[in-house]
Amino acid sequence: MTTVASPPAQPPGPPTPAAPPVVEQPRPRPAQTGVWIAIAAISMTFAALTSAMVVRGSAAADWRHFRLPPILYLNTALLLASSAVLEAGRRRVAAHLVWVTLGLGLVFVVGQVVAWRQLVAQGLFLATSPSSAFFYVFTALHGLHVLGGLGGLGYVLRRFDAAGPAPVPALGAAALYWHFMDVLWLCVLVLLVLRV
Amino acid sequence: MTHATVAGAHRHAPPQGFLRKHVFSLDHKVIGKQYLDLALVAVCTGMILSWLMRFHLAWPETPIPGLAKLSPNGAAGGVITPEYYLSLMTMHGTIMVFFVLTTAPFAGFGNYFLPIQVGAEDMAFPRINMMSFWVTLVAFLVLISAFVVGDGPPLSGWTAYAPLSAVGKDAGPGQGVGQTLWAVSITLFCVAQLLGALNFVTTTLDLRTKGMSLARMPYSTWAWFITSVIGLIAFAVLMPACILLILDRVAGTSFFIPAGLVISDRLQPHAGGSPLLWQHLFWFFGHPEVYIAILPGFGIISHILPVFARKPLLGPRVMIACLVAIAFLSYTVWGHHMFLSGMNPFSATLFSVPTLVITIPATIVTLLWIGTIYGARLRFTTPALFCLGFVSVFVSGGISGFFLAQPSIDTYLHGTYFVVGHFHFVMGVAAMFGIFAATYFWAPKMFGRMMNETLGKWHFWLTFIGVYCVFMPMHYLGLAGNVRRYSAFTDDYLKPLIPLHRFITVAALFTGAAQLIFLFNLIRSRFRGPQAPDNPWEATSLEWSTTSPPPFDNFGGRPPVVERGPNEYGIGSGARGVDYGMQAAAARVSAR
Repeated sequence: MTTVASPPAQPPGPPTPAAPPVVEQPRPRPAQTGVWIAIAAISMTFAALTSAMVVRGSAAADWRHFRLPPILYLNTALLLASSAVLEAGRRRVAAHLVWVTLGLGLVFVVGQVVAWRQLVAQGLFLATSPSSAFFYVFTALHGLHVLGGLGGLGYVLRRFDAAGPAPVPALGAAALYWHFMDVLWLCVLVLLVLRV
Repeated sequence: MTHATVAGAHRHAPPQGFLRKHVFSLDHKVIGKQYLDLALVAVCTGMILSWLMRFHLAWPETPIPGLAKLSPNGAAGGVITPEYYLSLMTMHGTIMVFFVLTTAPFAGFGNYFLPIQVGAEDMAFPRINMMSFWVTLVAFLVLISAFVVGDGPPLSGWTAYAPLSAVGKDAGPGQGVGQTLWAVSITLFCVAQLLGALNFVTTTLDLRTKGMSLARMPYSTWAWFITSVIGLIAFAVLMPACILLILDRVAGTSFFIPAGLVISDRLQPHAGGSPLLWQHLFWFFGHPEVYIAILPGFGIISHILPVFARKPLLGPRVMIACLVAIAFLSYTVWGHHMFLSGMNPFSATLFSVPTLVITIPATIVTLLWIGTIYGARLRFTTPALFCLGFVSVFVSGGISGFFLAQPSIDTYLHGTYFVVGHFHFVMGVAAMFGIFAATYFWAPKMFGRMMNETLGKWHFWLTFIGVYCVFMPMHYLGLAGNVRRYSAFTDDYLKPLIPLHRFITVAALFTGAAQLIFLFNLIRSRFRGPQAPDNPWEATSLEWSTTSPPPFDNFGGRPPVVERGPNEYGIGSGARGVDYGMQAAAARVSAR
């Protein structure tokens, strides 16, 4: 227990002129912290789905193996490229590179939809087999999170247009999230390659 | 003005219009009150459902007036059908666990007081905060709508065990649209709570004012912080589980539905799914959820008890270490809800051991509270009484947990009223006592008006006696073999227990009626209570350094500078009769 016996405190009164000067501290970066926490939660969601896939797959006679649409690998390259562009954009605080990332991200989402259509053309629907069901669930959930990231990039671009200093913290947070989308996609892809 | 003490400087100006001020507000204080109002509506709904169930259990053949109008199918002539009983039970559990025990102590009080207690002007992400509340509200409305659409609310319990929850309307009334609404509602709720937890963690980590180190944070802030970390993990697992459940129901997948399942004489068109998978995913969320409900109560009690004991909390660091230990262990015990699921007895032992281990930090916490009041000259105000009541019901409910943690005993007791008594005491009533203590303690700060102490004490004693009359006998019922989830006990074996059920029902109606005193006190004091001073209880934490109620930016543009922890009670007694030290001393408030 502490033994501080300081004078009883009262609710804050008017500021005293003799108050000691306030020392500058580095400004906290809630956006960055928030993204790290979101990354933890999203990782947990995908971990839960992964464990569900492993449990469901290990017991299943109805698990149907199929070849992943090759366009997925092209999409992967696009997503990785978009991340590299965004990293360059973050370092130079360049809005046009964020625009390029936004475009590549959109193409990635379209590419994922094309992959779905190819599966549908093969007769592999959501309910066909647990393997296809997990494929759609994983890609859709990841796609939704990518769309969220695109929203974040849009927000950063709007802040670029507005008057005032460049949105460096927001850009840093958006870039962190975007890189995580890469990592997450690579994990999902490896899982799909191994299991589906 | 750029100095760094203005942590979380208000990036939004004070709102002007009525809608922005009171409805779509970004202010964490308004959002906190909105959560609490939602929880109040939810708790009234949930309690009425429990009365209907209790009445039916005591007098199974007596019609309940007016009920036939509410549900012509479920209660034709006012007498509840067995299926409708299960629907009421499902909705009672879901509403209470999600929309009361999670929203009130965590989202409600946490939203209002966490930013103030760390000296911030608002949450880190006010827009996300607002979104979190509105998604919660939509989730509640979606759930409640199950009463009026389709053929009624779902009946597979708040745990929604697959495959009954997954196969659709063959499984009974309410299992069609009602169960889908349940799953959608809970998915939305998960999203809302994830957004909320994101804000809580970020605010605690990044927006603490100058001098507010982690070690100086009040215990309630610690508890909300730890709870939000638990929530981040737990709701992130329940959400995908609910999505898979929805897909099984509407898209024809078979995640949880096994092959060859015949329900209502119909072979279900699914194959290969694992019902146990749902149980694992659900309880991986479900057990931590118990701590999401109760840990804020731990924090609130640890925050309030020293104020009225006029003594520092015993072992503050041990308390925080115990909260962290409980949070960690809460993820290792989920299988103890599944001892009856047919799992390998060796896995049952594996889950039994951490369940027994988790009682150690929980016991230490209880001993710290008792040690804090030992030898204290306690001020018996209403919040103090509810704190003592919390300790009492938590111990009463917790002790039966020691028995249930052992698979061999649980096999007998799990399906009986023993478990109903256990979890209502340890999770439901204890958390409610935490909510009551918090309400009486913080109402002066939130509304600027004192609540009536005489009414508060009446409320406490009637409730305290009432809940013991309701839930203590349930333990005996369980030991006598009284199964739970049955709508009536009309067979020769259980019939002799009906008088005890009648006693419980009368006690439940009586305890419920006693809550009218609380409602009256709450509403009356909001408008006609005496003006509250800034620090009516002589407490130390930052919320008591500002006005009652706090201004829009919490500290009137003068962010506090913290010089000591929250535990400075019983110090420097004598001089001017002041025996406590505020966390923020007036002379050190930083100049704007």
